[in-house]
Amino acid sequence: MAEELKKTPLNDVHRELGGRMVDFGGWDMPVQYTAGVIEEHMRCRTKAALFDVSHMGEIWVDGPDAIAFVNRLTTNDVRSLVDGQAQYSALTNDNGGVVDDLLVYRFGPEKLLLVVNAGTTDKDWDWINSRHTDDDHCSLTNASGEFCQIAIQGPDATGILQKMTDTDLSAIKYYHFKEGWVDGVEAIISRTGYTGEDGFEVYADPGCAEQLWNKMLELGRYGEADGILPCGLAARNTLRLESAMSLYGHELGDDITPYEAGLGWIVKLQKGTFTGCGRLQKQKEEGITRKLVGFEMTEPGIARDGCDVYINGQKQGTVTSGSPAPFLKKNIGLAFVPTDFANDGQELKIDVRGKQIAAKIVPTPFYKRQK
Amino acid sequence: MANIPEDLRYSKDHEWIHVEGDIATIGITDYAQHSLGDVVYVDMPRVGDKFGTHEAFGSVESVKAVSEIFTPVGGEVTDVNNAVNDTPESVNNDPYGSGWMVKVKMDNPGEADAMMSAVEYEEYLEASA
Repeated sequence: MAEELKKTPLNDVHRELGGRMVDFGGWDMPVQYTAGVIEEHMRCRTKAALFDVSHMGEIWVDGPDAIAFVNRLTTNDVRSLVDGQAQYSALTNDNGGVVDDLLVYRFGPEKLLLVVNAGTTDKDWDWINSRHTDDDHCSLTNASGEFCQIAIQGPDATGILQKMTDTDLSAIKYYHFKEGWVDGVEAIISRTGYTGEDGFEVYADPGCAEQLWNKMLELGRYGEADGILPCGLAARNTLRLESAMSLYGHELGDDITPYEAGLGWIVKLQKGTFTGCGRLQKQKEEGITRKLVGFEMTEPGIARDGCDVYINGQKQGTVTSGSPAPFLKKNIGLAFVPTDFANDGQELKIDVRGKQIAAKIVPTPFYKRQK
Repeated sequence: MANIPEDLRYSKDHEWIHVEGDIATIGITDYAQHSLGDVVYVDMPRVGDKFGTHEAFGSVESVKAVSEIFTPVGGEVTDVNNAVNDTPESVNNDPYGSGWMVKVKMDNPGEADAMMSAVEYEEYLEASA
């Protein structure tokens, strides 16, 4: 008997909207709605889109050692944050591999919120607790069930959300947040996202999820040709892939270091000792042997996750994510290849179900928003 | 519910065929296109290629997935709908019309009669739902 799937507070709403539900890491989530993945993707790039990301995990760290403790477990420098700022970072293991990628929110000098991936929440919780000692004067609280999280993204997102709050959204800079009221509901309003577009992620009480979601659809004129659309996991994936953002379990994993995944910018070796810093220091000095690159297909065919990558007739790597890119109208992907070959323009052959299809390495991100 | 035209024959892999003499036009059903989601590419055989019964002759790719397409009847490919790759959405919007994929000259036209009728295919879909 399969374990029952976990549900977000918006589960009924997804079904009413015609969401096609799938098992996503133990969660019953919509992969797409009735508009289909291409239209959902395009609407996010051109108008506005809504995502239920309530399945993400949230962990509070409270106490005088909160910053020092999280700084010891993650690669980025938590000390550089000011109140109301968020930071992309990685939890690393002793080998410098990535336990998870996460956002670190600073609410105060003794109060941080860690937002982690849904599928890794339990693993992260166990890992963080295993590294927490009596000498760490901070408490840990798994608050994953106490939040809904709704992402509103796209060029029209700010305008729609602004109608629901007195908080001046233009005053919230990218990767910053404010606590405020949204449609009369107490919320954390964070200018972050996973689409490559401008937008916000709103955290609130799960009991208010339906109210917030429906209000955003209403104010976004859902149903009109240029209105907001709810987006499923499929569009979430193609949007993040066009923007070359990493997905845990694909570009990131326990045996992949941030340097290999192209995330050297979140590794602050000079900040002092943190988990796995020895291995990362060594990689920094000696260089990495494999590297994540972006590619586009130059012949008809679509590379998918797990396809082998050939260079000069030799198998040299693996595709970590591959898909059609609805906005760019190309077939793109990310792959690990030996560093010697990780150069723009390098020709590749991707084994797509037994056929070798030509591709070439291109700069990432594939898509960059015009500001 | 899925659209299942009366005048076609159906396979368990969700292909349809339309028979005129010994020529069978082949595509995927409304149910199949709906399951796949937005189609972006169809990998087609070439005119003159020969396939046995139930051989993979190509594949349909959607944003999210890829699905092989099988010949419900053996024979030689006489025509290929290359226009589908200019407008792959026609497989979603018009699976029984402009979304057709190949025409095959059947080795044994009797194979078409052994396929499911519209009524049988509808029962098959209900049973596997």
